[in-house]
Amino acid sequence: MGFLDTLLGRTKPVPPKLDDLFALPSAAITLDAGTGFKPTGSGSVCFRPVEGRSFSDVQKEVQELLNMDSGSEGGLPVEVTKDSYGFTWLVSSHMSDQLDTLVTDLHAVNSSLVDAGFGPQLLCTLVAFRDDQERRLGLIYLYKRGTFYPFAPLDGERRDNSLELQVKGVVGDDLKWEPDLARWFPVWGAPGL
Amino acid sequence: MAARTRYAPDRGLTARMTATMFLLGLVFVGFVAAIIGIGAATHASDAVIVLFAVVIAGGFAIGSLFYSDKIALSTARAVVVSPNDGKEAAYLHGIVDRVCALADMPKPRIAIAPSRLPNAFATGRNADKAVLCVTTEMMSSRFTPEELEAVIAHEMSHVAHKDVQVMTIASFLGVVAALLIRFSFYGELFGGGGGRGRSNNNGGGAYILFIIMGVSIAVYAISFLLIRMLSRYRELAADRSGALLTGQPSALKSALVKVSEGINMIPTKDLRSAEPLNAFFFAPAAHLTRGKSLSTIFSTHPSLERRLAELDKVQQQLNQAR
Repeated sequence: MGFLDTLLGRTKPVPPKLDDLFALPSAAITLDAGTGFKPTGSGSVCFRPVEGRSFSDVQKEVQELLNMDSGSEGGLPVEVTKDSYGFTWLVSSHMSDQLDTLVTDLHAVNSSLVDAGFGPQLLCTLVAFRDDQERRLGLIYLYKRGTFYPFAPLDGERRDNSLELQVKGVVGDDLKWEPDLARWFPVWGAPGL
Repeated sequence: MAARTRYAPDRGLTARMTATMFLLGLVFVGFVAAIIGIGAATHASDAVIVLFAVVIAGGFAIGSLFYSDKIALSTARAVVVSPNDGKEAAYLHGIVDRVCALADMPKPRIAIAPSRLPNAFATGRNADKAVLCVTTEMMSSRFTPEELEAVIAHEMSHVAHKDVQVMTIASFLGVVAALLIRFSFYGELFGGGGGRGRSNNNGGGAYILFIIMGVSIAVYAISFLLIRMLSRYRELAADRSGALLTGQPSALKSALVKVSEGINMIPTKDLRSAEPLNAFFFAPAAHLTRGKSLSTIFSTHPSLERRLAELDKVQQQLNQAR
């Protein structure tokens, strides 16, 4: 924020950074090789809904677009859930080997919202992973920072910090990691995880 | 392109805020010029008083900048909480996490203050040192998660706008003027009426103290009104940024209505017996608005009606067609 914006009490809503999302498929291969975590095939986009007709119209368009895609490839329809914080999650489910398609789907949601002028409403994208012991892991992409962080929930709102740090170490430079650990915020009960 | 139009800045508000700050600057320049002029025309002893006032006011300003968080927290008897301190704290942290991620801001420390009034404040000299404090009543079930989030987004906008710094700097010379009024008053008392036989060669000095006092009073009065005005504009700016951030102006509106009801409810308890009589007056509103226009000049926050009207604009802006 510039000096003038401070003086005048303005904040420009932060536009999302979208491009780094496409680093996910190759990072998933490294992750599998290093830890045995495989993608479950489901991923979700989390955004803050805006009140009013124009936003709900855009959201409906996005849903129809994704459902059309999954219909032709025999995938599951897109699931829409609202969490207890008032954020909306669009969950897209594919086969576990279709990470590329999943990322393309997630990106379609992003670009539709950005094109409609609602880019600043995007919060994060989550792609779910799981290993043989059924441990859960989410790789979360923060739109405003353009960075990833791992989130490994355990039972009862605890998180497996050592697994998270291990994942970060294994994947290394394949993903742009969020350097500020204070921003690795938990998303308990995130749909699709 | 679409993004630019949907989140366009409010030109009217910007213009009014610029005008207020310009006037404030003008008053201060005039004040400094007057003091220098007086200093040039008189002995050094009066200049020392001015210097003394500036140094003390500077100390106040720096102190309040550096200790704003500690002072505010201890005044509110607030306790800084971590996400592990129970369900309420975890819930509050969850909301703040998301607001910070949306706004791309560092997360502030979070405090909860025991109070039966629903309220929240943010303080600290910059975004890294910020503290966000919410009262227990604000977290009660009277407020939906959306409303609490709207209030938090409003407070986080204050942090983003660096309002603590701006208002401290804005009130700096007002504090100098207030100190000068006091000093010159005592100078008058001890210099003029001290009875040390100085009146023959120092009559001019007393006269000059009188001028300093007059100028200071004028500066203090004008800057007081302007600072209050600036504060009200910055509240509106924070309302606007907060509502744009969460995309839910209506949630902020309903939170504002509930908060002001809560605040107004307590003093009206005594008047409750008189209230039924009001119904028989034909136009008690005229009396009310007159009192209100005066109180709005002195208040730090804009009236509820004004804030709701400004949020209506945000609502239209967010909902406009592409």
